[in-house]
Amino acid sequence: MGKATVIPFGPQHPVLPEPLHLDLVVEDETVVEAIPQIGFVHRGLEKLVETRDYNQFIYVAERICGICAFGHSMGYAETVERLMGVEIPERAECLRVIWHELSRVHSHILWMGLAADAFGFESLFMHCWRLRERVLDIFEKTTGGRVIFSVVKVGGVVRDIDEGQLAEIKRVLEGIKDDYSQIMNAFLKDTSVKNRTVGVGFVSHEDALSMSMVGPFARASNVNYDVRMLGNGGYGRLSDFKPVLDTQGDCYARVKVRALEVLQSIDIIEEMIAQLPSGDIAVSVKGSPADGAEAANLVEQPRGECYYYARGNGTKNLERMRMRTPTSQNLAGMTTALSGCDLADVNMIVLTIDPCISCTER
Amino acid sequence: MTYATKSPWVIHYDASSCNGCDIEVLAALCPGYDVERFGIVNTGNPKHADIFLVTGSVNEQNIKVVQEIYNQMVEPKVVVACGICACSGGIFHDCYNVIGGVDQAIPVDVYAPGCAVRPEAIIDAVVEALGILEEKSKALQAQRKGA
Repeated sequence: MGKATVIPFGPQHPVLPEPLHLDLVVEDETVVEAIPQIGFVHRGLEKLVETRDYNQFIYVAERICGICAFGHSMGYAETVERLMGVEIPERAECLRVIWHELSRVHSHILWMGLAADAFGFESLFMHCWRLRERVLDIFEKTTGGRVIFSVVKVGGVVRDIDEGQLAEIKRVLEGIKDDYSQIMNAFLKDTSVKNRTVGVGFVSHEDALSMSMVGPFARASNVNYDVRMLGNGGYGRLSDFKPVLDTQGDCYARVKVRALEVLQSIDIIEEMIAQLPSGDIAVSVKGSPADGAEAANLVEQPRGECYYYARGNGTKNLERMRMRTPTSQNLAGMTTALSGCDLADVNMIVLTIDPCISCTER
Repeated sequence: MTYATKSPWVIHYDASSCNGCDIEVLAALCPGYDVERFGIVNTGNPKHADIFLVTGSVNEQNIKVVQEIYNQMVEPKVVVACGICACSGGIFHDCYNVIGGVDQAIPVDVYAPGCAVRPEAIIDAVVEALGILEEKSKALQAQRKGA
């Protein structure tokens, strides 16, 4: 065994779109230990609830992360609605599910592109991102924004999706399915891709449970947990929902879980469009949360379970708003997967947890 | 500027952006907007880059990283602040850990506002940056001849 050397990884690194710093302790070519250091994206936005009222804060909540933007605005709005005992119209619940699942499709395809870039398959990266543009076009037509939508408000949604647009969404998703199956084929069957992913960065089922891992990262280690199966909000209307699971726990399993979740999300959107109830899209919300009232909420973000907590103090401003985001849960799992891996596999393992640093640090 | 005399390479760093602008920077480079057809390539090495695309505002921890990347870039170089957070701090301007726009850390040449900044705005800013890059390059050459 050689002498232990420390190699810094990040915060500015070609495979990372976001700043994360890792001190990689290596012996020869093997990583012995990975010590993460975060804080490069910390803004301190939870404290903004003291200066923004609960309606204004939704725009801050949406900007916790630009990839899971819709999920955060939905999670925050649901929490405040619980806090104030507001029942929102069924149509608004279903529209939220449609947008949220579209966000998952866009997020997973984006991630697959970044993963392809990490193992040096540039053309696959470009193909993924080209496909993703079509989902963004749907967002732009239905909400006006490409990544930040500002379409959720406390009490419902701001915009409706009309019949013409619903038909268009269905048509576009059908087209995406065709092209997506080719991309999925490349990820799951291509030998050069499999060489980089099969058996790399293994996390056992027991480790996944003991480190409270969430999302596709945990489901790839056969942890049968997905917040959507609790049936919150519009998800309660789904006829059948089973989380996508895999037993292998390596990078390949994580790619596979996400790849199959895209198809699952497309099915959910189609089911929602088929049974979309008519009616109002919002109720007017008046008053303020009661002093000492508390509410908690769970949302399945593209990266995993996100927990929201809010406490009122009798004024328009909340007393406390707290989120526990999926990546902060998964960082411990990532360091476990990294210890003992090859130095060349580090970027692959870091990417397969789909780190979202701006969610983590807020 | 009538034509680009060289294909600039860009480096992208996420200061404390929410990712929204980062994925738009990448989207501008990818099919759909595809500025790579003009030879504009995203590089990970500051020494290879001509244009520095910064997204997000600076905070206590990343201000040194932003300055370090800027210092490692070779002259002539241009800085583009992508997104309203990079321009002024945006919606997070009064957060306790936000110092302000990127111009608090390094000199910024072009501002591209928007939340999130649209790829068209980034392309527009990069085209403007190309003109500035050429001016800086000429000034540098004149300085060398004079010396």
